[in-house]
Amino acid sequence: MINITVLNKAGEERLLEVPEDMGLNLMEILKANEYNVLATCGGMAMCGTCHVQVLEGMDNLGAHSDAELDMLDTLPDAESNSRLSCQLQINENMDGAVFKLMAEEDIAV
Amino acid sequence: MITTDICIIGAGPVGLFAVFEAGLLKMRCHLVDALPQVGGQLSEIYPYKPIYDIPGAPEIKAQELVDNLKKQIAPFSPTFSLGERVESIERQEDKSFIVTTSDDTKIHCKVITIAGGLGCFEPRKPAIEQLEAFEGKGVTYMVKDPELFRDKDIVLAGGGDSALDWTIFLSNVAKSVTLVHRSDTFRGAPDSAEKVFHLAETGKINLVLKSNIVKINGNGKLNEVLIEASDKTVTARPTDYLIPLFGLSPKLGPIADWGLQIDKSQISVNTVDYSTNIEGIYAIGDINTYPGKLKLILCGFHESALMAHSAFKHVYPNQRLSFKYTTVNGVNAF
Ligand SMILES: Cc1cc2nc3c(=O)[nH]c(=O)nc-3n(C[C@H](O)[C@H](O)[C@H](O)COP(=O)(O)OP(=O)(O)OC[C@H]3O[C@@H](n4cnc5c(N)ncnc54)[C@H](O)[C@@H]3O)c2cc1C
Ligand code: FES
Repeated sequence: MINITVLNKAGEERLLEVPEDMGLNLMEILKANEYNVLATCGGMAMCGTCHVQVLEGMDNLGAHSDAELDMLDTLPDAESNSRLSCQLQINENMDGAVFKLMAEEDIAV
Repeated sequence: MITTDICIIGAGPVGLFAVFEAGLLKMRCHLVDALPQVGGQLSEIYPYKPIYDIPGAPEIKAQELVDNLKKQIAPFSPTFSLGERVESIERQEDKSFIVTTSDDTKIHCKVITIAGGLGCFEPRKPAIEQLEAFEGKGVTYMVKDPELFRDKDIVLAGGGDSALDWTIFLSNVAKSVTLVHRSDTFRGAPDSAEKVFHLAETGKINLVLKSNIVKINGNGKLNEVLIEASDKTVTARPTDYLIPLFGLSPKLGPIADWGLQIDKSQISVNTVDYSTNIEGIYAIGDINTYPGKLKLILCGFHESALMAHSAFKHVYPNQRLSFKYTTVNGVNAF
C-alpha cells in the first residue's frame, strides 16, 4: 500500500491508502473513492475529464505519452504540472504524491 | 412548426437506432442534436477507434457504425435539426408536446424520447473574467461561417488540432490572426504545427506562446484582449473577435429543468419500457439510469426497441400492436 493525498475542487484534502500492485490507474482510484470524475472515455486519454494537477511528486511520475500531451493541450486550465489521471499507473514511486482535481465535477444535480 | 410522431433528443447511436425501431411500427421521427453532425460520442470523441462489442460486427470503427446506422434508418426518412440544443418542452392540452430549440425551431410531437447521452456537447471555456458577457459580442467558440471574420482582427486561443487548423484557415481570410497558446509546443498533427510556425516566421500570423489570455475589454462589443506572458508581463492586443478553442465536453444542460426525475445527472426510468416519470417521455441510452445499468451501445439499442413498442400506444391510441419480425414483412419505407 502507498499513500497519496487528493484535494478536491473546494480544496478539501484526503489521504488515500491505495494498492500499488493491482494494475490500477489514478483515475480508477479516484472513482473508487467516490470522486466525481467523469472519465468519459474510460481511460484512453481522449476526453480530458480526468485532469489533475500534481502539487507534489511530479518528478516521480512516468513521462507523458504524446496522446496525453495532445489532450492536455486542448484543456483551458492545464498547467505544466497537469496530468490525465487515467494515464498515471499506480506504483510505489507515487507514494506521498499530492494531486488536485481539475476536471469539472459534472454530477451536480 | 415541424410535426412528427416522436421527437428524439440526441442523435447519438441510440437516438439513431430508435428511428429504426419506431419506423418498423410506422412512427415518424425528428432528431435534434446540439452537434453539427450525428453520431454523438462516436463521431465527436472516437471516430477512428474500433469497437468490438456490437453483435454481428466483430470489429467496426465508430464512424463506420454511425454511417451504417444512417443507412439502416434511411428508409424511414427521419428529419434532423442539427447544431441546435433543445431548450424546453411544453405539454399541450391534448397531451402532445412542443419542443423548442436554441434556434427557436419548434417541433410538435406525440412522444419525446431523450437519447441525450452524457448531455449536450458544449465548448470548454477558459477562465477569463467577463468572457460570458462578451459571448455573441466578439467571443465565439465555433467557426460556423468563416466569412464573418473576413478583414477582421481575430485572436484564437488553444493548442489542439482545431486551434491549429482554424489558425491556418483563417490566416487567408482575416486581416490579422493571433494564436495564443499556453506552452511553446504543439502535440497535435505535426503537419499543422509546422504550417503554423511557418506562417508565424513569414509574418502571416502572430504566434504568442507560453502565454494566456487573462482579461478582455470592450464597450458593448469586444475590442481588446490582455495577454499575460510567462514572466507575468501583460500586453493588450486590439481585436474584433476572440475564438477560444478548447474542445467540447458534455453537460447535462437544460434536461435538468424539465421536471424529470434525475439521479446523478441521469434520468431515472422504468425498465419495463424506459419511460420516465412524465407520461409520454422516454429516456434511452447513456442518459438513463436504473439498477444494473451499463453504458453500452448494445444496451441502448435494446432500450430503443422496448421504448418504441411502448410509445406506440401514445402515437396510435386506438390500434393494437402486433409484434412482427423484420424477416416477415421486411422494412417498409415511408
Ligand atoms: C472513447 C470511448 C470509447 C467507447 N467504447 C465503447 C465500446 O467499445 N462499446 C460500447 O458499447 N460503448 C462504448 N463507449 C460508450 C458509447 O460511446 C456510449 O454508450 C454511446 O455513445 C451512448 O450513445 P447515446 O446515443 O446514448 O449518447 P451519445 O453518443 O452521448 O449521444 C448523445 C447526443 O445527445 C446530444 N444532446 C444531449 N442533450 C441535448 C439537448 N438538450 N439538445 C440537443 N442535443 C442534445 C449530444 O450532443 C450528443 O450528441 C465508448 C465511449 C467513449 C467515449
Ligand atoms: S478518462 Fe478520458 S482522458 Fe482520462
